[in-house]
Amino acid sequence: MSAQFWLIQTLNAVAMGGLLFLLAAGFSLIFGLMRVPNLAHGGFFMLGAYLGATALDENLPFWLAALAAALGVGLLGAVLERALLRRLAGNEQGQVLATLGVAFIIADLCLMTWGGNPLSLSPPAWLMRAIAIGGFFFPAYRLAVLVLAVLLAVLLVALMEKTRLGAMIRAGVDDREMAEGVGIPVSRLFTTIFFLGAALAGLGGVIGGPILSAYPGLDTDMLPLALIVVILGGIGSIGGAFVGSMIIGFIYNFGIALFPNFAYVILFLPMIAALLIKPEGLFGRVPQ
Amino acid sequence: MGSDAPAALAVEAIDVFYGESHVVQHVSFALRPRSLLALLGLNGAGKTTSLHTVMGFLIPRRGRIMLFGEPIAGLPPAAIARRGIGLVPQGRRIFPSLTVAENLAVAAHGAATKAWSAERVFVTFPRLAERRRQYAGLLSGGEQQMLAIGRALVGNPRVLLLDEPSEGLAPQIVAEVARAVAAMKSEGLAIVLVEQNVRLALSLADDVVLLNAGRLAASGPAAAIAADPALIDRHLGVF
Ligand SMILES: Nc1ncnc2c1ncn2[C@@H]1O[C@H](COP(=O)(O)OP(=O)(O)O)[C@@H](O)[C@H]1O
Ligand SMILES: [Mg+2]
Repeated sequence: MSAQFWLIQTLNAVAMGGLLFLLAAGFSLIFGLMRVPNLAHGGFFMLGAYLGATALDENLPFWLAALAAALGVGLLGAVLERALLRRLAGNEQGQVLATLGVAFIIADLCLMTWGGNPLSLSPPAWLMRAIAIGGFFFPAYRLAVLVLAVLLAVLLVALMEKTRLGAMIRAGVDDREMAEGVGIPVSRLFTTIFFLGAALAGLGGVIGGPILSAYPGLDTDMLPLALIVVILGGIGSIGGAFVGSMIIGFIYNFGIALFPNFAYVILFLPMIAALLIKPEGLFGRVPQ
Repeated sequence: MGSDAPAALAVEAIDVFYGESHVVQHVSFALRPRSLLALLGLNGAGKTTSLHTVMGFLIPRRGRIMLFGEPIAGLPPAAIARRGIGLVPQGRRIFPSLTVAENLAVAAHGAATKAWSAERVFVTFPRLAERRRQYAGLLSGGEQQMLAIGRALVGNPRVLLLDEPSEGLAPQIVAEVARAVAAMKSEGLAIVLVEQNVRLALSLADDVVLLNAGRLAASGPAAAIAADPALIDRHLGVF
């Protein structure tokens, strides 16, 4: 195969990895910090894509559409956490079922509101071009996705590792009861985390829109990817989510390109390997 | 008590359950301001449960808990902490994935204006200062105990609850912890001390409360309790 094939596929893979990170970061935060396996996360992503499509239809600039969708989905996440998941604290089975129910509701409401036809989202005009890399042309938008993912990864790691807020959240994860015992308002922090995680998914939906578009089933296409990334990278680790996203981005891209019939199977192999060899994931912490 | 000033902490006839098991039965005690009360009893007597109830981790089914005359039972733990109760829990329970400095930072309240800041903790426990950027999970047991005490202090509590601070520590470290406890008391903090080390507890205490199988067995001035070996023997085993 040509050098061009490898180069283009590599760029596609890292761009896909960037997109997966936007999807998985929020899932990892919520799962890692609150132990809530949020099965509505794919729905959050899809809802973000649809909200973004509508905002773009209203001629909002792309960045504003992305921000609005992130805020909207983030608020939905915060409300769900307060109204529903909080009441199920400690009841993981209940939470799984509740978030699954929410996922169905989101899917149905999206279908009712936006219909069954895929909606495409146009990238911002200044990114609708190709950039020459090593003599080949590559869509500028995909590179922008990667840059955004890297920026967000750095920001999230800084938030979690370098700020007092991040330390409080980690304290709540280490020992929730004791964190409350030193005056940390853990439940408010967890609502914040849910907002943030959902907002990231909504943002991911819009950012992914020009590549994936918005369509019924986008949610169930994305949710397994989020699961695979997070299990591979390690639950609750932003750095792990980033590395996991890149690995899965590569496997997905090259899998589809080289073994189109087995792409989906290949996708699950690293997850299974991780579960067998290092169940806490590449960067996961062993629970205390 | 002999005065109208409210107790720093008054536990009034609390009943605490784990499910159906009635672990603390109708227990009352009062901690005078600026004093140290030793809460003693054998393993399983209900000491930790009592402290956890004061902290708000557990809610008493009956009874009241008053902090300087204000009821606190039923408030969430974070609110109780911010009203001025600090807990140094059994087993230390420092936050292992936070650095030493972060452990103090997340627990600090009013540190800018009040007596205890992270800096003061570092002066009090120089070993912590040397390790301020290390993850707390990597500290030795003694260092973790100092951190747990410092973490409670930077909340600038009015009442400090210490649950077996000498547990599992070398004698030298126990002495250091004891000195720190005495110093906090002389600064005017009101302290409830739970200890298996009865001799240590009696040497620091003004008052003693003995729990036996979840019930109040005896209480009184430390000197009177210390002078009654039969009583101690009955409720604490061999002195
Ligand atoms: N989480 C719990 N669930 C059920 N029973 C408990 C729990 N924690 C403690 N107990 C029981 O409550 C009693 C009092 O325990 P605890 O307050 O820890 O005693 P102490 O601190 O005096 O050793 C013991 O019989 C213990 O087995
Ligand atoms: Mg105990």
